[in-house]
Amino acid sequence: MADRLTLEVATPLRLVVAETVDELVAPGSQGYFGVLPGHAAFLTTLGIGELVYRVGRDEHYLAVAGGFAEVRNDKVIVLADSAERPEEIDRARAEGARDRAERRLAGRGESDVDYARAIAALARALIRLQTAARGH
Amino acid sequence: MATLRDIQRRIRSVQSTQKITRAMKLVAAAKLRRAQERVLAARPYAGKMAELLGNLVSGGNGRDGAAHPLLEQREGPRRQIVIITADKGLAGAFNSNVIRRALELVRQSSTADVTLVVVGRKARDFYRRRPWTIKRDLIGFWDRLAYSHAAELADYFMQQYLDGEVDEVHLVYNEFRSVAVQRPVRELLLPVPRTATAGATETGSVAYIYEPTPKAILDDLLPRHVRTQVFRALMESLAGEYGARMTAMEAATKNAKEMIDVLTIQYNKARQEKITKELLDIVGGAEALKQGSER
Repeated sequence: MADRLTLEVATPLRLVVAETVDELVAPGSQGYFGVLPGHAAFLTTLGIGELVYRVGRDEHYLAVAGGFAEVRNDKVIVLADSAERPEEIDRARAEGARDRAERRLAGRGESDVDYARAIAALARALIRLQTAARGH
Repeated sequence: MATLRDIQRRIRSVQSTQKITRAMKLVAAAKLRRAQERVLAARPYAGKMAELLGNLVSGGNGRDGAAHPLLEQREGPRRQIVIITADKGLAGAFNSNVIRRALELVRQSSTADVTLVVVGRKARDFYRRRPWTIKRDLIGFWDRLAYSHAAELADYFMQQYLDGEVDEVHLVYNEFRSVAVQRPVRELLLPVPRTATAGATETGSVAYIYEPTPKAILDDLLPRHVRTQVFRALMESLAGEYGARMTAMEAATKNAKEMIDVLTIQYNKARQEKITKELLDIVGGAEALKQGSER
């Protein structure tokens, strides 16, 4: 058994991370889960949140939204709809998205679909801002 | 015999054509590089996705393979055929190859059982004047191809499949093999073929902990898989288009050069002949004058 994990994070557009890491915490749809070497085979859907992985003493953050994660034989594959490093996040755009979503939620009474969509948009924007703030 | 001026005019015309083909080649080459990078960048995701799906669908530990409406094979005859071409021509046989490949497939079923979705202006223009029903077309988006285009198309296919409007959905598109080689291929998109996904499994049975449940994961995974497939097909086609155009324009530039060479030789010959003739005239005239004065 290896004493470290292989982590791959891919989105439909690109491979974001391919690294050997010591530990990771990811936002599963049922709540955050942590993975250490020796973890049992595990397959889950992802929610919206922050993925944190640790290499030695360095922690790295990614804002991820939607997708899947698989853990098998100390290999972690994350297939996310989107995954961004702090420095890649467009803060102004995320703030705009947050404000739009908040306005939409304030003036609701619309259909459930719109409501759910606004909630998701708000969550994505907040996570992006949170992750962006990690970068220095 | 063409006059000097005629030949000169032709040379100039071929030269300006050559300038255009050369420019088009350079543009295609630049765009090709970007498109190629995108295809390569998207491969890991699609590959892992197929692997995950294979694990889920084949089902480990004697568990039955998971069932899902998108996996369910139906006997019905109604086919939807998705034809992906470019908007523009001047790319060699790129468009006609796909159109011909699609035509073979379309003719296998009776006209009433086939519906078409055409992507790209060339496919639309071809099938518009023919008896088959075009359900949807998508044109003029290639320059800003994004995942959302694919997602939207894929959702439309899945909706129709789930509603029982069609029993099979096929994709026909140019696969990007290399810069010089594009191959028209046909793929079954829906129902999601079990064989294609099962082949990706390396170790077969793994006892997973599923969260929330295999069913919920499959519900999420299958639509994404279909969207990814459509996206990949679109990107392959785009890269293939640029590759084909680059090759075609390179050949055209070369042909233009050969033509200019031939015409230049013709021009020089004609010029020499003309000079010789003029010389003869002058000599002949001088001779006549001399004889005249002697008399």
